Amino acid sequence: MRPILEIRHVSKQYRLGRAFARTETFREFLTRKLLSPLRALQGSRSEIGKPREQRFWALRDVSFDVLEGDVLGIIGRNGAGKSTLLKILSRITDPTEGTVTLRGRLASLLEVGTGFHAELTGRENIFLNGAILGMKRAEIISRFDEIVAFAEVEQFLDTPVKHYSSGMYVRLAFAVAAHLNPEILVVDEVLAVGDVAFQKKCLGKMSEVSRGGRTVLFVSHNMAAVENLCRRGIVLDRGSMVFAGGAKEAVRHYLNEVAGIEGRAGQVVDLEQARDRRSPLGKLLKRMEFYTCDDVPLSGGLPIGEQLKIRVHFELPRPTDRFDVGLGFSNAFGQRVFTAHSSFEPDRPHGQRMGAQVMLCDIPSLTLTPGNYSLRVWLDIGRTKADSIDDAARITLVPSDYYGTGKVPWNGAFVLKHRWYVEEATEERRKVNLPGAITQA
Amino acid sequence: MSSFQLTIRPRKGWQALDLREIFLYRELLAFLVWRDVKIRYRQTLLGGLWAVLQPLIAMLIFTLIFNRLAGVRSDGPPYPLFAFAGLVPWTFFSAALSQSSNSLIGNQQLVSKVYFPRVFIPVGAVGGLLLDLLFSLCLLFILMVHYHWALSTKVLLLPLFMLAAFLAACGCGLILSSLNVSFRDIKYAVPFLIQMGIFLTPVIYPIRYIPARWQVLMGLNPMAGVVIGFRYCLLGSVASWAVMGLSVGISLSLFVFGLLIFRRMERHFADVI
Repeated sequence: MRPILEIRHVSKQYRLGRAFARTETFREFLTRKLLSPLRALQGSRSEIGKPREQRFWALRDVSFDVLEGDVLGIIGRNGAGKSTLLKILSRITDPTEGTVTLRGRLASLLEVGTGFHAELTGRENIFLNGAILGMKRAEIISRFDEIVAFAEVEQFLDTPVKHYSSGMYVRLAFAVAAHLNPEILVVDEVLAVGDVAFQKKCLGKMSEVSRGGRTVLFVSHNMAAVENLCRRGIVLDRGSMVFAGGAKEAVRHYLNEVAGIEGRAGQVVDLEQARDRRSPLGKLLKRMEFYTCDDVPLSGGLPIGEQLKIRVHFELPRPTDRFDVGLGFSNAFGQRVFTAHSSFEPDRPHGQRMGAQVMLCDIPSLTLTPGNYSLRVWLDIGRTKADSIDDAARITLVPSDYYGTGKVPWNGAFVLKHRWYVEEATEERRKVNLPGAITQA
Repeated sequence: MSSFQLTIRPRKGWQALDLREIFLYRELLAFLVWRDVKIRYRQTLLGGLWAVLQPLIAMLIFTLIFNRLAGVRSDGPPYPLFAFAGLVPWTFFSAALSQSSNSLIGNQQLVSKVYFPRVFIPVGAVGGLLLDLLFSLCLLFILMVHYHWALSTKVLLLPLFMLAAFLAACGCGLILSSLNVSFRDIKYAVPFLIQMGIFLTPVIYPIRYIPARWQVLMGLNPMAGVVIGFRYCLLGSVASWAVMGLSVGISLSLFVFGLLIFRRMERHFADVI
């Protein structure tokens, strides 16, 4: 099958002076244009006096294919080139190099509500916006009722949208866009708008669209949504494509290789440099190493529910069999949410040891809610807290599709596997509960 | 999979208008014109009346100042009719120029977020004003009845001059709007251009006020031929075919040149705007 979308060596260069800084005035433009033949005559010598134009590549040699029915997630940090790529695909801007072949109509929801006019009524805006997004009048008429029902704005159809609440406005805008019927749909950050209930509805619509065999390109910062909705994923970093593959792998690659690269906990933390430390028996704790599943060094954020292995290197100054290592996880509010201590391990081997030691703490699934955590590490020898370091390392838990529903639990300290059942509300069940086996305080 | 196929590649040099695409998106042009008409007089007391009020008041003032005080004479018809017949296309042209030259930066969101033939934005802005032109033409007919000035079969030629006015406005609109994206100087230059333009166009005075050997020079102004043509078709004034012919030719070339310039610059709109 021929791909519905072929992207070949696409690059986009922006002139910094042109795209971001002050645009040149008409006089400067005229002088430049009028003098350019003169400059050519004078040769390259005159180039010296001319300030060099700053250029940068927003996209660099990006190539990939999208098959019909694929749902492709495009992830990357801000400024990685995602939006530029989408703008090229939707023909808003030309590539500087390379070609894109489209074998189907493409419609983009780069931003919902584009072309909405505040003075026009809801009804008028549906038609105008539909036309702008590429719908035929007949198409809009045939889907009109559906759009209105989806947006839940029946009573306000003939009110100018400037009187709409922001929620209504966004709902209407998304509704029009969601009822487009292109072969390729491009979605960028639509889910960042509206209230939770409406976001849910949008996600539902998205997965409905993708199940319907439509080709979808989905750009989002919501990793859970990408994992949940997309089958494939590509990762962009500084204009280049650094990964292409399955959506889950792409998200993992992004989190490990791209997301956290600047600063924060590297895979190895040298404890010699630690400041906040109490060491009555000397600086015994040497370093910590962080790994995630398959012993991959952890270099970015850790997705919720992933495996975390922490290797602690330390020294025992004299022979002992009573030594333990402790790890305390505190959240951003300084509240200890989890303590791991080697004395909790029943199979811990005993025996006298001395000198350089390594202990590994393996947490098969770290189910803390997303956020930053500070780690305290300490070494107990006998009853003495021999060495302890506060804020020895930091680790970031990032959203993942832990529950398999695309929903990320942001509240609370933990995520825990749990089930819900709908039971019949039979007479007996009601009776038993009435006298109150559990009484309310 | 549909048989649709499209290749996006860097565009270089001059581009012709993609007529197939224009046809595909034709409904959108209608919607954009409709939008402009719909919102132009929203939340105004007088609404559509503004379309005829502007040339009407200008006509009254011109009659008072130039005709009564300065002694400017028409070339036959009563001066108020003469002035109004010139003001109808001139008002259209000046409004079209100021609206279309600002149309791209006024629709920044559309330009940077969705794709459709960009030409629609300035052309749609001009198109929306055609309705105003028709309204003020109706008022002219009423004035003609008032002054007992008969219409001749020459009126059948009027659409030709309306088309010339439309092409001239679109041509200038295309050039100015695309320049306006990069050079906001245009925003300040256009109102001034319009203010001066009325004196360089025989709206207030008949063309015979200009020495015969310089009259053809007037034809370089696309609106000169249109104004003379409007008076010829509606009031039966003398025709200066050389001026009219030259003006219509200029209108047509302005339009073609405008399209070319626009097509050349449009690929950078989204990056620069």
